[in-house]
Amino acid sequence: MAGPVQSIERAAAILRLLAGGPRRLGLGEVAASLGLAKGTAHGILRTLQHVDFVEQDAETGKYQLGAALLHLGTSYLDVNELRSRSLNWADALAARSGEAVRLGTPLEGQVLIVHHVFRPDDTFQTLDVGSLLPLHASSLGKVLLAFGTADPDPEPGLAAYTRHTLIDPERLARALTEVREVGWAAEIQEMSMGEAGLAAPIRGHGGLVVGAIGLSGPVERICDSQGRPRPQLISLIREAARAISRDLGAARW
Amino acid sequence: MAERYVMSIDQGTNSTRCILFDLRGRLVSVAQKEHKQHFPRPGWVEHDAVEIWQNLRRVVPEALSDAGVDHGQVAAVGLANQRETTVLWDRRTGAPLGRAIVWQDTRTAPLVEELRERPGEEFFLERCALPPSTYFSALRIRWLFDHVKGIEQRAKDGEVLFGTMESWLIWNLTGGADGGLHITDATNASRTMLMNIRTLTWDEELLAFFGVPRSMLPEIRSSAETYGDARALLPGVSITAALGDQQAALFGQTCFSPGEAKCTYGTGSFLLLNTGLDLVRSRHGLLTTVAYQIGDQAPVYALEGSIAVTGALVQWFRDRLGLISSAPEIETLARTVEDNGGCYIVPAFSGLFAPRWRSDARGVIVGLTSYITKGHLARAVLEATGWQTREVVDAMNADSSVPLQQLKVDGGMTADNLLMQFVADVLDVPVVRPMVAETVSLGAAYAAGLAAGYWPGLEVLRRNWHRAAQWMPAMDPARREAEYENWQRAVERSLGWVGPPRAP
Repeated sequence: MAGPVQSIERAAAILRLLAGGPRRLGLGEVAASLGLAKGTAHGILRTLQHVDFVEQDAETGKYQLGAALLHLGTSYLDVNELRSRSLNWADALAARSGEAVRLGTPLEGQVLIVHHVFRPDDTFQTLDVGSLLPLHASSLGKVLLAFGTADPDPEPGLAAYTRHTLIDPERLARALTEVREVGWAAEIQEMSMGEAGLAAPIRGHGGLVVGAIGLSGPVERICDSQGRPRPQLISLIREAARAISRDLGAARW
Repeated sequence: MAERYVMSIDQGTNSTRCILFDLRGRLVSVAQKEHKQHFPRPGWVEHDAVEIWQNLRRVVPEALSDAGVDHGQVAAVGLANQRETTVLWDRRTGAPLGRAIVWQDTRTAPLVEELRERPGEEFFLERCALPPSTYFSALRIRWLFDHVKGIEQRAKDGEVLFGTMESWLIWNLTGGADGGLHITDATNASRTMLMNIRTLTWDEELLAFFGVPRSMLPEIRSSAETYGDARALLPGVSITAALGDQQAALFGQTCFSPGEAKCTYGTGSFLLLNTGLDLVRSRHGLLTTVAYQIGDQAPVYALEGSIAVTGALVQWFRDRLGLISSAPEIETLARTVEDNGGCYIVPAFSGLFAPRWRSDARGVIVGLTSYITKGHLARAVLEATGWQTREVVDAMNADSSVPLQQLKVDGGMTADNLLMQFVADVLDVPVVRPMVAETVSLGAAYAAGLAAGYWPGLEVLRRNWHRAAQWMPAMDPARREAEYENWQRAVERSLGWVGPPRAP
C-alpha cells in the first residue's frame, strides 16, 4: 500500500494553520510557518482556493478559510445553481432524445426533482420540480445511491412499486455495483408498469457526484425489442452529464 | 451529401457568439468570446469595434471546428446584434473613429431634454415612432459631430460611414474597405431615429434635423434576403439575415402572429408583442418598432416594453449586498419564507422605463419592519421583476385589440422556477419556456435559413418550437389585486426623488 500523500498532508497543515488564528495570513507567513518553499505553499493554496476551502482577500492578498469548509457536511452545490447551469444541456438532451428530462439531487432519503424539461411533443405536461422519487426505484436515485451521494432510508425497508422493483437489499447492492462500473443506471418498469428511465451522474470539482440527469418515457421507447436500454439514448445522457460536469468544474469527465 | 447547417452570429452587449443550428433548429455548437466594457466617465459605456471584429474572427472557426463542420456546409449566415450601439469608421481605411458608443451610454441625456422641449416629442413620433431617448443612434451621431473635432466635416465629405454592429460586421465580412457592403436591416434602422417607420427609408426631415449626411448611412434592406457573399472568414457563404437582438428573439420564439409576445429576461428585460401589419401607436408608454421584414413582403410591426432593471437587481443583491454568492441562489433564499412579509423593492436605479418613463424615480425598499429577513428581501427582488412585467403587459393590452393569451419567455432568469411561477400568477396567463433557450441566435438563424431556402416557410419553424416548461397561474385573484395595489403604492413612493437640475 502506498504511503501518505505529501501534498495532502501539507494541505491539511495549511488548513489547520489558517483555522488556528483569527487573522488572515500572507503567503510568506504560511510558507515560513510550515517550513515550505513559497512556490510549494502557493501551489497548495491556489488548489485549496480552487475548491473554495480557502479564500484570498482581494485587497491584501492574504488567505483565510473558505466558506465551503463550513458547509462540508451539507450539499455544497445549490440546487437552483445546478438547474441554472444545466439548462442548455438538459434542453438539448430532451430535443435530441424526444423524451422528458429530469435532474435529481438527494433529499432526506429520496430524490428531489430540481429540474424538469417537457417531452418535446407539445402535449399537456405539468412541471414536477419539487416532487420526490424513491431512491431505489428510479434511475436518478440509483445513480445517487451508487456514487455515494445519497444514503438509502433504512427505516421502512424497500417499498415495492411493481413486481420489478428491487426490494432485496442484496440485489439492489449488486445493481448499484453495476451502475458504478458502467457509469449509468436504468430503471425498467420498477416504479410503474410500462415506464422506464435512464440516468447518469453529474460531477462537480474533483469528480464528486452532485446530482443525476436522466430521461424517462414509455418502456418501448426507452428500450429496444429485447428490453435493453437503447445505446443511443445512453450516449446522449452521458454526453449531457459530461457537458454539465465540465461546466461545474469536473476536469476529466 | 454532408449535412448542412445555418450559422448565427449574435453580437451582444457582453460577448460575441457563433452558433450552428441544424435543420430541426437544434443547437449543434457554440463558441463565444466576451469583449471589454469601457467606462471612461460616469454614464459612458463604450466598446472597441475592432476587438469585436477580432472576436468574431475567433469564434466563427471555433464553432465550425467544434462541430467538425467545413464552412462549405454552412447554408447561410444570419446576424443578431445589440441594438443602437453606434460605430463610425473611415470608409477608406476601415478604422473606427473612436470607440463604439453603447446603447446603455447616457451621455446624450442633455440633448434628449432639449429635443423634448424643441421640437417636442410629436415631431419624432410622427416620423420614426420613437420619442427622444439616450438609447437611439441619431443622438449619438449628433453628439460625436458636436464633440469630436473634424468628424462632421469628414462625414459631409463622404469619408465616414455609420453603422450599428450588424453593419460594421457585414461590411468587414464582405470585404471591408475593399468593396464591403454597407447595409443595415429595417429592425436595426428602426432604432436609429432616422428611419421613417412607414416607408422604411431614411427620413429626409430627420436627417436634416440631426444634420446627418445621407452618404454616411447604410442602405436599409429587409431582415431576411440575400445581402451578398462573405469574402472574409466564410468565403462564399451567403449572408442572408440581420435583426436587432430583441426582434431576433421574437422571431426565434416563432411569434409570427399578431397578439403573440415574448419576454427576454436578462440584466434588463424586453417584452415584444407582434402587432402584425398594423403600426400601433402606443398611448401607454410603449415603443413602436419593426419586428421583421422578410424579403419584399410588408413589414411586421411590434410594440416593445423595456424594463431597465430585472436581473440587474439580483446582481446588485449578490455583488453589492453580498446576501447570496450566485444569482440562482436568490431562489433558494426566497424559498426560506412563504411570502414577501409586506416588503416591496422598486428597482428604479436609473429611473423607471416602460410604461412609466420616469427619470426622476429612484429605487426604494418599502414595508420594512423588524420582521423582515433577507428571505423576504429575496422574494421582493424576484417579485419586482414579476410586477414590472405586469405593468408592461397591462400597457400592451390597453394598446392592442387582442389581450395576451400566454407569454413566451427566454433568457437566463427563466431557470428561476419561483420567478416564472410568480410571473404566471401576476399576469394570470400561462408562461411558457421553449426548448431552445438561445432564442436570439435561433431567430437570426431562422431568418437566414428562410431567406436561403434552407427552411421552406414559417410553418416549419413553428413546428420546430417545443415547450420545455410551462407555469400555470395559481394565485388567488383577490390576493393578486391586493398585491398589485401594494406594488403600485410602492412605485408611487419611488417617483420624484430626483429633482430637476438647479438653474445655474
